[in-house]
Amino acid sequence: MREVVALLIDGIIYSSWLFIIALGLTLIYGVMKILNMAHGSLYALGAYMAATLVGYWLGHGHAPMASYGMLAVAAVIVGVIAGPLIERGLLRFMYGRDEIVLLLVTYALFLILEDAIKLIWGVDAYYVSEPYGMLGNLDLAGLTYPVYNVVLIAVSAVAGVALASVLRYTHHGKLLSAVIHDREISMAMGINVARFYLVTFTIGTMLAAIGGALTAPTVSVVPGMGVQVIVLAFAVVVVGGLGSLPGAALGALIVGLVRSAAVHYLPQVELFSIYAVMALVLIFRPKGLFAAAEVRKI
Amino acid sequence: MRRPDSTLIALVAALLVLLMLGLLLPKWLFLFTLSLGKGLVVLGLMLLLRTGLVSFGQGLFYCLGAYAVGSLGQFFGIKDVLLLLLTGAVIGSFVAFLLGFLMARYRDIFFAMLSLAFSMILYGLLVKTAALGSTDGFNVAPPALLGRPIGGEAHQYALFALACALAFLAAVVMHVYFESPLGRLSPAIRDNEIRVEYMGASVRHAIHVKYVIAGALAGLGGALTAMTVGHIDPDLAYWTTSGEFVFVTILSGTGSVIAPFLGSLVFEVIRTYAYQYSPNTWQLVVGSALLIVIVFLPSGLWSVFWYLRRRGSS
Repeated sequence: MREVVALLIDGIIYSSWLFIIALGLTLIYGVMKILNMAHGSLYALGAYMAATLVGYWLGHGHAPMASYGMLAVAAVIVGVIAGPLIERGLLRFMYGRDEIVLLLVTYALFLILEDAIKLIWGVDAYYVSEPYGMLGNLDLAGLTYPVYNVVLIAVSAVAGVALASVLRYTHHGKLLSAVIHDREISMAMGINVARFYLVTFTIGTMLAAIGGALTAPTVSVVPGMGVQVIVLAFAVVVVGGLGSLPGAALGALIVGLVRSAAVHYLPQVELFSIYAVMALVLIFRPKGLFAAAEVRKI
Repeated sequence: MRRPDSTLIALVAALLVLLMLGLLLPKWLFLFTLSLGKGLVVLGLMLLLRTGLVSFGQGLFYCLGAYAVGSLGQFFGIKDVLLLLLTGAVIGSFVAFLLGFLMARYRDIFFAMLSLAFSMILYGLLVKTAALGSTDGFNVAPPALLGRPIGGEAHQYALFALACALAFLAAVVMHVYFESPLGRLSPAIRDNEIRVEYMGASVRHAIHVKYVIAGALAGLGGALTAMTVGHIDPDLAYWTTSGEFVFVTILSGTGSVIAPFLGSLVFEVIRTYAYQYSPNTWQLVVGSALLIVIVFLPSGLWSVFWYLRRRGSS
């Protein structure tokens, strides 16, 4: 019994982490039809920025509790700088081309960002584990968990609900749905599509960076940390259906629980299990669990 | 009278030049052989790209070919080069044949994602298989041709010549294939599948065949690489390996069957030097080059030749 509880809790923690990252990926795909291979690098950027800021903050003897604020600041900085830079500087010249060409463009971007990170931060590892331990531990069903994980779950839930509410209930959210539905008609109706793309990409970048910033205290921040994250995020959004928010949530939950079950019962198949789920879903639901039917064009 | 096929002439010339170069530059043999092996993989990807498909999981077959060579040498003591190469190609094509039933139903990013998933499954399996060395992989026993060892320092030229012959053969076969009715379906499928179906051809069957060919070429390339490098590890199936192949494919373009080998050679040379002189910026160079090719040379570096020729003839 305890094992099942532990499995569920581990799975949910891992799912929340996956969800934050997948959220940005699926948002960008849903609106702009770009499957962003550089998403993992943006995640790494967030982690590095967080490591730098938190290190600076604590190094100068400021209030330790405020280092959580630094994590958020790091994500915002990365989003506001990298998002518009990439969208305005590169992606806007590519709209209207094949999805597969856009995939290659973001692959190029991934290569560039990987090295840009090394140039800015060097190749040494950064450690900022303070925020992870500061909140103490929590006893749950006889097992001990760092409270930090609760923060992770909360942030992830808030991010998902906030994004869904904005899309569903606000004026801009409804305009965005129109843009998603038909870009050209929206333009003809006077919607500033370019601005929607810019904002969407910035928010997507920020979500990737939040994921990275929240992860920074729990791992050593090293070059190449985004490389494995991007395929995990792909698995999540593909399972859920590209461009679908509930899909990303379900995908994260499935992948998270499957991985946690694998880790608990059969550690040999940990990596294998995630991609096996991805392949299985693609085989039976080629467009993911939550994908809408598409009109065939002749 | 039919005009002599310029591509075939160029291929023969390239083969002779390469064999000569191999004699003159013994230090470059390793690099040449490696490029030819990877060029085979890229040739297969080029076939898929002509059809409008990009596989981000070609590392699957590449890795299978390499591990087939390694395991046969390790566990069964089989060292004959030709047998090993054949096994690599057969395993690649067999797995591609099985997966092809599925893959032929997918297009665009879903094709890319599913192929990526399959290659990552293999990676996940290999990483945890202690018998095959887990993440470290293992060394490949030096192969032999007709009972005499080749590969290694002393006999590298033999392996290189074999690689040349293989690449030449593959390029000629693919060239003939591209000109055949089934080969000419590729651009048609890319442009409009439904019209191809109306014409009476089966798109799914055509894609399946191409996928199997690409798998065989990747398996062959993997087998060759394993023998050249002498070591294999699960990274051969990691998505970044597959991404590299895609990069070289885009760089080479789909203009000619020579392009994949040329592109692969250029890439390996640049990589070797870039690694040496600036290990932390070489991906940046590669990424920028990819962007430039996508934006300015959508048909790959090969289109420069086309452009020059057209200007020369007018």
